[in-house]
Amino acid sequence: MKYSVFAAGLLGASAAFAETPELTVYTYDSFVSDWGPGPAVEKAFEEVCGCDLKLVGAGDGAALLARIKLEGARSDADVVLGLDTNLTAAARDSGLFAPHSVSADYDLPIAWGDDTFVPYDWGYFAFVHNADADVPGDFKALAASDTKIVIQDPRSSTPGLGLLMWVKAAYGDEAPAIWEGLSDNIVTVTKGWSEAYGMFLEGEADMVLSYTTSPAYHLIAEEDTSKAAASFAEGHYMQVEVAGKLAASDQPDLADQFLQFMVSDAFQSIIPTTNWMYPAVTPAGGLPKGFETLITPEKSLLLPADEAAAVRDAALDEWRGALSR
Amino acid sequence: MARRAQPLSPAAGYGAAALVAALILGTLAAVAFSAEAGRGLSSADWAAVRFTLIQASLSALFSVALAVPVARALARRRFRGRSVLIALLGAPFILPVIVAILGLLAVFGRAGWVSDALALFGLEPLSIYGLHGVVLAHVFFNLPLATRLILQGWQEIPAERFRLAAQLDAGPRAMWQLLEAPMLARVVPGALAVVFAICLSSFAVALTLGGGPRATTIELAIFQAFSFDFDLGRAALLSGLQLVLTALAATLALRAPVGEGFGTGLDRILRRWDGQSTLARSLDTFWIVFSGMFLLLPLLAVVLSGLPGVLSLPASVWQAALASILVAGASTLILLALALPMALAAALGRPLPMEIAGLLGLAASPLVIGTGLFILIYPIASPFALALPVTALVNAVMALPFALRILVPACRDVVARHCKLALTLDMRGWPFLRRVVLPRLRAQIGFAAGLAAALSMGDLGVIALFADPEVATLPLQVYRLMGAYQMQAAAGAALLLLVLSMGAFWILDRGGRWHAEA
Repeated sequence: MKYSVFAAGLLGASAAFAETPELTVYTYDSFVSDWGPGPAVEKAFEEVCGCDLKLVGAGDGAALLARIKLEGARSDADVVLGLDTNLTAAARDSGLFAPHSVSADYDLPIAWGDDTFVPYDWGYFAFVHNADADVPGDFKALAASDTKIVIQDPRSSTPGLGLLMWVKAAYGDEAPAIWEGLSDNIVTVTKGWSEAYGMFLEGEADMVLSYTTSPAYHLIAEEDTSKAAASFAEGHYMQVEVAGKLAASDQPDLADQFLQFMVSDAFQSIIPTTNWMYPAVTPAGGLPKGFETLITPEKSLLLPADEAAAVRDAALDEWRGALSR
Repeated sequence: MARRAQPLSPAAGYGAAALVAALILGTLAAVAFSAEAGRGLSSADWAAVRFTLIQASLSALFSVALAVPVARALARRRFRGRSVLIALLGAPFILPVIVAILGLLAVFGRAGWVSDALALFGLEPLSIYGLHGVVLAHVFFNLPLATRLILQGWQEIPAERFRLAAQLDAGPRAMWQLLEAPMLARVVPGALAVVFAICLSSFAVALTLGGGPRATTIELAIFQAFSFDFDLGRAALLSGLQLVLTALAATLALRAPVGEGFGTGLDRILRRWDGQSTLARSLDTFWIVFSGMFLLLPLLAVVLSGLPGVLSLPASVWQAALASILVAGASTLILLALALPMALAAALGRPLPMEIAGLLGLAASPLVIGTGLFILIYPIASPFALALPVTALVNAVMALPFALRILVPACRDVVARHCKLALTLDMRGWPFLRRVVLPRLRAQIGFAAGLAAALSMGDLGVIALFADPEVATLPLQVYRLMGAYQMQAAAGAALLLLVLSMGAFWILDRGGRWHAEA
């Protein structure tokens, strides 16, 4: 790290010069937490790379992109991990990312052909509810019911933006009418996933916007079968999480090695029970026991990155307009 | 009185105020200058400005209107556990927002205790989502602060005044007209301004309890400008607007009549002879019980949900707790170094610039300060390495308005009472400070330091922008735990945070209670 001497002086710490090369990966907060994939990924990659992998948490996906733009070409980051397809167009337009050379046999419900971003996991957005509850099967039924939901604000969270895209992808120009119908079902809109999920667990709403894989967490980590995801007839919008290499990286080879490692068994087998998403390449050992109980949507919805970027602002205005009435 | 000889020079205070203004305006400028041409303010932004003003005004009015009878009851009554209650009442103010919201929901939510009780009578559950929910939460956060500020005003009335009033057989009405109303006229405008300014920059509370996009505040619009649009120009514009609104509110509030104070007392222990009628007693009891229930039940909910997780907290939580304690300590020292000279300068010379410099700290968006500092620091050093010092500094600036509100009236009284005598004795500078000022300000310094430490402990503002995984503070760790489905550990960590904040406040505030106790 360029400024380690200065930093060591300031902190009075004994941060020595890095003798081994250091690869800095910016990611979102939950990736680096003790329960996230971070610790295991760091251990596994350091075993093979002869380097020091430094994972840095910077808010969520959107904040991550803002951070990279703020730092510009001088960023310490070599790799950014944790953007999704709603953000990749803006990320590509920043000109800060370099093409990758990773090849892999992806197990995604859609074909992947992006030359800049490598997918490492994916999931379906879904409304999670208590398993014994009787829940609607599509957005129109939800709007007609008195089922109460908590959602996230698209301006401050990636799931919130995902739901915006979900309704847009499923209903196009009809989206504002759907939102108007939903307005009396929405208990409230939160800043991020944590607040919304916390409120759902406290019993404030019947359903919360999360992922089809959320029940797997409760089932596998807590042996709790009381949560389920509602299957919607329109299909479910996907979130594909990706990583990219920064053009200004001072460790381009290590960065390439990391991206390739990211789609290998060692990395992919960590994902399901730490990030609670589907791995982008199913590991040789298959998915952990319990994942077979999850719902599988009949239809996968995903707006291509360019289209997602193009409709984003208009969709936000529609959302705001319909819910402000 | 600017030209009169003074035992102390206000220069240090002007320096501190300039430093604070430079930090806030400098970071704002840094953000504005790195902006590419933005798209200006939209109609949605103006709607956010309107909503922000409405909710902040209502929140300030309700908080202060409720705080007056509560503070009066606390000022008149002495009972076992009073000091503990006063310390506990401070707790909501320093809780991380998400913890406080979950605590509030446990009591007032759709599945909360109140709704459960209503269901027993066949009534509909409570809905706290909407403008009234936002105001309810803001009163929960700010009633304790307003109460303490007003209680401080009551305690600054010298005991001799009450003795004299009692000797003259002044009834409740006369007591109110002679002593209490003039004191309130001095204290209430400032309390209104502080609460208004706090609520102006509300974000997560307004969003979560507001019920939807109608409840968009300026701070959310700033957040959107940053992370959704990456429109730095719009963020700077909105942040500037927020600063102007606060400065306007502050100027209005501080132009309210400033009374003459109550003259010199002998620092005698306060005894009250008034308010002994049954009606007064029952009213006071009602207000103490009401505020106690309103503020403590949600805290009880936080404690109850945290207890199962607190014994099995992971090591990272303890590390984060240590980081939080260090930050809070540093922040408190920085705060006192800024606030004391500023308060003295306000007492010696022109108070308005000091007050405004202080209030700017509240109105400035932490996101803009953080990003501005990031832009400024980035060419020189790694922002990660500076995460904790920067957090301590920003927290100190955020606590400054509270400290000034607490310190300035007391400083003014000390200067008014002892200045002439000190000058006659040719006692100036450090000896005057050490022998006259500091002992008399002990209570206020303790309160301000306690508040600063506790606020800093619970703050999530800047650290989120700068943190790397090794230096998370406790509030950030709570969010990270929740983000990883670790709700129980998060609840445990939140309880730990509550205990640490309260502990820091209690230890530092002892001085305040030493002064106030009968």
